[in-house]
Amino acid sequence: MVRPFKQAESGSEMSDATINQTGSNTGEAGFGDYFALLKPRVMSLVVFTALVGLAAAPVAVHPMVAFASILFIAVGGGASGALNMWWDADIDRVMKRTARRPVPSGKVTADEALAVGLTLSVMSVVMLWLAAGPVAAGLLAFTIFFYAVVYTMWLKRSTPQNIVIGGAAGAFPPLIGWAVATGGVSIESVLMFSLIFMWTPPHFWALALFMNSDYENAGVPMLTVTHGRKVTRKHILVYTILLAPVALGLCFTSIAGPTYIAAAVILNALFLKVAVDIWRRDEAAAEADKYKAEKNFFKLSLAYLFLHFGAILIDASLKSWGIWG
Amino acid sequence: MSGFREPHELHKRRGGLNIGVGVVLALFVAVVFGLTVAKVSTGGFQMNPGGNMGQSQSQTGGGN
Repeated sequence: MVRPFKQAESGSEMSDATINQTGSNTGEAGFGDYFALLKPRVMSLVVFTALVGLAAAPVAVHPMVAFASILFIAVGGGASGALNMWWDADIDRVMKRTARRPVPSGKVTADEALAVGLTLSVMSVVMLWLAAGPVAAGLLAFTIFFYAVVYTMWLKRSTPQNIVIGGAAGAFPPLIGWAVATGGVSIESVLMFSLIFMWTPPHFWALALFMNSDYENAGVPMLTVTHGRKVTRKHILVYTILLAPVALGLCFTSIAGPTYIAAAVILNALFLKVAVDIWRRDEAAAEADKYKAEKNFFKLSLAYLFLHFGAILIDASLKSWGIWG
Repeated sequence: MSGFREPHELHKRRGGLNIGVGVVLALFVAVVFGLTVAKVSTGGFQMNPGGNMGQSQSQTGGGN
């Protein structure tokens, strides 16, 4: 099967890349190349946040059921990554950041990526249903659909708000983890979802500020391309301000303990400070120090999310050991 | 007779893929087995430990 030729905004460069892609087929990929289709780094974030959602839930889960559920959530996340690589092979080839991925580099064909993505999607949803019930499986199925169809096929190439709405796909894992344990959804799991959802735009816009040419060359309408860097800086600040009440709101739920409260207060103050620094800078200053502040914000955003969820995990452990709560 | 020759890079790569797929399949079987044991040992092959499916079915059955 050959994927339909997609129109791209960047003109002939994109078209040539796409034509070459449909004709390339090395057919001798190694195991690691197929594994790379699943976006292991994204999967590690999925595993971590789903684990936190599961551990923070007030219902104990059999360790084997928990292990299998996390595994199938990870496989489902990986499957959506493979579907993303299948659809986006043409723009991945143009962008420096993604040119070495298995499909654009010619190690794996686009059709193989599609087959891997579809097979693992079905398998992960069915297995999660058997392991944890219909709510968790339904949420996983919706996550895969949202990332592969709503974000990748629709929003990514059509609107500069792509990352805002598409970010929901990456926010589902803690919600699924919580559903594995409780069989449902609650205010706590919705707030964990909201934390990742609100965190995603400033995280990716900071990346876009110092990788702008990549998105421009590929014709992806990132905010930096469509509205310029000044507007992007303003949006980063606005979303960082909106993120803070979500993160602090979790302090008032049953899953927050002293570790989370301390982490949330410190991290949000720090995140806001760097967002203000980025907002105040102009392009001349950013180019002069090679986007140092923007790169720092990007690194800090990774730590921000990891430490918030790490704090929830620590508080859940303290509770289970009877030390707190 | 050419004797023992160094395997071609292509064969090494295929061998690695075959071993990788084999290990994944073996792990999948182990996970399904472990999950089955866990479900059976927790009683009644309940679909969700804290949830509704197994319980609601038995409750509905009892009520009717």
